[in-house]
Amino acid sequence: MSATPAPAPAPALPGVWSIGLSRAHIELLQFVRDKEAAFFTIILPVLLLVVFGSAFTGDVVPGIRFSQYFLAGMLASGIAYTSFQNLAISIPQERDVGTLKRLRGTPMPPAAYFIGKVGLVLTVYVAQVTTMMAIGVALFGVRLPRNPADWFTFTWVSVLGLVCCTLLGIAFSSVPRSGRGAPALVSPVVLVLQFTSGVFFQYDGLPPWMQQMSALFPLKWLCQGMRSVFLPDSFQRQELAGTWELGRVALVLAAWSLVGLVLAVRGFRWQRRDDG
Amino acid sequence: MTGDVAVVVRGLQKRYGERTAVAGIDLDVARGEVFALLGPNGAGKTTTVEILEGYRTRDAGEVVVLGEDPAHAGRSWRARVGIVLQSVTDLSELTVAETVRHFARYYPRPRDPDEVMATVGLSDSADQRARLLSGGQRRRLDVALGILGRPELLFLDEPTTGFDPAARRIFWLLVESLAGEGTTIVLTTHYLEEAERLADRVGVVAQGRILEVAAPADLGGRKDAQASVSWTAKDGTRQTVVTAAPTRTVTELAAAFDGEVPELSVTRPTLEETYLRMVGEL
Repeated sequence: MSATPAPAPAPALPGVWSIGLSRAHIELLQFVRDKEAAFFTIILPVLLLVVFGSAFTGDVVPGIRFSQYFLAGMLASGIAYTSFQNLAISIPQERDVGTLKRLRGTPMPPAAYFIGKVGLVLTVYVAQVTTMMAIGVALFGVRLPRNPADWFTFTWVSVLGLVCCTLLGIAFSSVPRSGRGAPALVSPVVLVLQFTSGVFFQYDGLPPWMQQMSALFPLKWLCQGMRSVFLPDSFQRQELAGTWELGRVALVLAAWSLVGLVLAVRGFRWQRRDDG
Repeated sequence: MTGDVAVVVRGLQKRYGERTAVAGIDLDVARGEVFALLGPNGAGKTTTVEILEGYRTRDAGEVVVLGEDPAHAGRSWRARVGIVLQSVTDLSELTVAETVRHFARYYPRPRDPDEVMATVGLSDSADQRARLLSGGQRRRLDVALGILGRPELLFLDEPTTGFDPAARRIFWLLVESLAGEGTTIVLTTHYLEEAERLADRVGVVAQGRILEVAAPADLGGRKDAQASVSWTAKDGTRQTVVTAAPTRTVTELAAAFDGEVPELSVTRPTLEETYLRMVGEL
């Protein structure tokens, strides 16, 4: 394009993955140093687990303690917290203060930014589920599955759920007009879905319209997938379909991943709406 | 010809809704030149610069920066351009050293991070979180990140706003040393002293148009402008004569006073006066 004779062959640009991993490292450093983000993402769910676990000590069905049921729901919520809520709040804040604009002005490949975010989400999720399971076992006598097949289900539900909610979080990050307004817009979405998807209350006891509404969103299916891991198969009778419906769990999460991908790619903005 | 030219702009236009921010700007910046854009707030300086940086789209006109159209330029182009933005307020929990070392990884041929911190005078703050830096230190961190990749072309958008006079002078030395290494620099500023000190040429922008492009000493016909000769007369009153021949006036005064002329001064319009006259005439 240019007629300039190159004095020497231009040195190769650093690879996407090496920059992406470096970004994951500094994302984590910033996350652990930012007390507010760490509180919302790690401490708050643990606090909820302790409060609800202590307040409701009864059985959901004879022989199954509420804490066993609740841990499954909170692990599903953990996926939504670490990926969807975390990104839908932190990205608008980074956009507001110009972090994204600064990055866009460097040769950092955009993909590296998202690799960094995924690295952050994965690490925080692992830390969060480990903490919640440990507290569930230590304080509330929750039984962890022994069956490898259950751990396999746990892994794929977690991974697919994180993929889905990460993409939706990136897509949703374009909705808040400002970083300051982001928490007020994002947190209620998660909170309401937690109430209607069977995290705090037993799903089969909710009114049918609420069940049908929340069945449109991923959290209900994440909870169901987690219940299949942490509750005995006899509990399947309490599910609306009478089975865990793992195939449908995968299908719904995959469909929402696709929606998230399209919206994230089309809508992502590196600058504030009033700037550019 | 593109080898000698860093920036070429022809007929650049940009509107925001009803408001015209840039109303047809032509501009050339040679390689190795320090070029300053001067103008009041809202004149279109930042819009113009951010179009050159590839941040904003344009409505009309041609823009070529380092041989490419910034609207479609890729990573390798960005590696050759350094950007110091005006309105970035990110408060990072990373330290200065962590930030500089991390950004160095984006570039194919970065400067040594420790050297860059020393160059901008942040070596003593290397382990301080960016959030806790003073305004001037933050700005120097911005500059450090801007020069990290050895840019051929460096954009500085109001780089010294909020600096104290001493910090500003240190910053000028830094810009002069970058220019001395052959870096092309496009700078916007409110400080006319800064433009006069640093720029090979200045362009005065107002209401989205370029009023004049000239060397600071020539702007607005300064070089040929009439000088003001002032002195204190024998009765104690202050006298001023505006003349095209100040030397003759001074010689006559010296003869009249038979030696020292009390409180004699000879001045020409400063860049600031010239600039204010140009902008005020609109």
